Amino acid sequence: MDFTEDQIHRYSRHILLQDVGVEGQEKISNGKVLIVGAGGLGAPVALYLAAAGVGTIGIIDGDVVDLSNLQRQVIHFTPDVNKAKVLSAKEKINQLNPDVKVITYYDLLTTANALEIIKDYDFIVDGTDNFPVKFLINDACIKAGKPFSHGGILRFDGQTMTILPGTACYRCVFHAPPPPNAVPTCSQAGVLGAIAGMLGTIQATEVLKYLTGVGDLLTNRLLTFNAKTMEFRTIKVKHNHRCQVCGDHPTITELVDYEQATCEIKSQH
Amino acid sequence: MGSILVNGKAQEVEVPISLMDLIRANKVEQPEMVSIQVNGEFVNREDFNSTIINTNDEVDFLYFMGGGSRC
Repeated sequence: MDFTEDQIHRYSRHILLQDVGVEGQEKISNGKVLIVGAGGLGAPVALYLAAAGVGTIGIIDGDVVDLSNLQRQVIHFTPDVNKAKVLSAKEKINQLNPDVKVITYYDLLTTANALEIIKDYDFIVDGTDNFPVKFLINDACIKAGKPFSHGGILRFDGQTMTILPGTACYRCVFHAPPPPNAVPTCSQAGVLGAIAGMLGTIQATEVLKYLTGVGDLLTNRLLTFNAKTMEFRTIKVKHNHRCQVCGDHPTITELVDYEQATCEIKSQH
Repeated sequence: MGSILVNGKAQEVEVPISLMDLIRANKVEQPEMVSIQVNGEFVNREDFNSTIINTNDEVDFLYFMGGGSRC
């Protein structure tokens, strides 16, 4: 790929990095990344990946922008209220960086469409708020051999880990979704808006590291932080040989539809 | 009393202590909702009672966290 003079200028701070350079920027520009959820986590991920010049960004989200989203979902602006989140996100990405091809899916990720959608991407980012979809992303990515980043935030806390084929997966650590309503979501318990940015930018960094091959990914480690104390921890986690999806004798061979918390189906109004 | 590490922080507890008692002592709100590692190994939920924690053991409580967007 030959960069134009404008592109060399636009990406100059990446190109200056010894670990990235023109070659690394080419890898970023050839990258295809799917972001599941254009909300608190998906917003910073999409903005930073767009700014970085990721060639193709797919965004799937079945929701529209609500006024209560704007406290943290920084890709959506006040005039976007009631607009499809994928459309709002696409507009901002196009303005930020016209180099980026944006593919939108105004839909929920389901057992029926997950494998078909993720197959075209190099890396998947989990920016969802509910456990059935988190497990669906995990299982679909394991099945398809796709790397992905798990992310979760609640109140003042965040957690993330990167999963590559063969490393500890989300199900190795958390086994199965909690019963509906057992764990509060941000729309029920609240979340400090800025921590969505803290967590999302870590996820975006992992994507760029993956695309460029720079550094060590957050694999076999769960990073957690608490914004009140501003303490970060990385907890080593091992691939679980008894894991139902990636263990020695997987019992989950088809994607699973888990019941969702009913209050979540009507979303965060 | 013995010193153990819980989520990376030293705690003085009466050892030996069962993992379930340690969960209660740490006021984990929903023990059934937490994933637990002892010395880097995951413990099955049904083994919380029978797992005994001793001096210098490292215990990590890992919580479910959602966040992001409904999708």
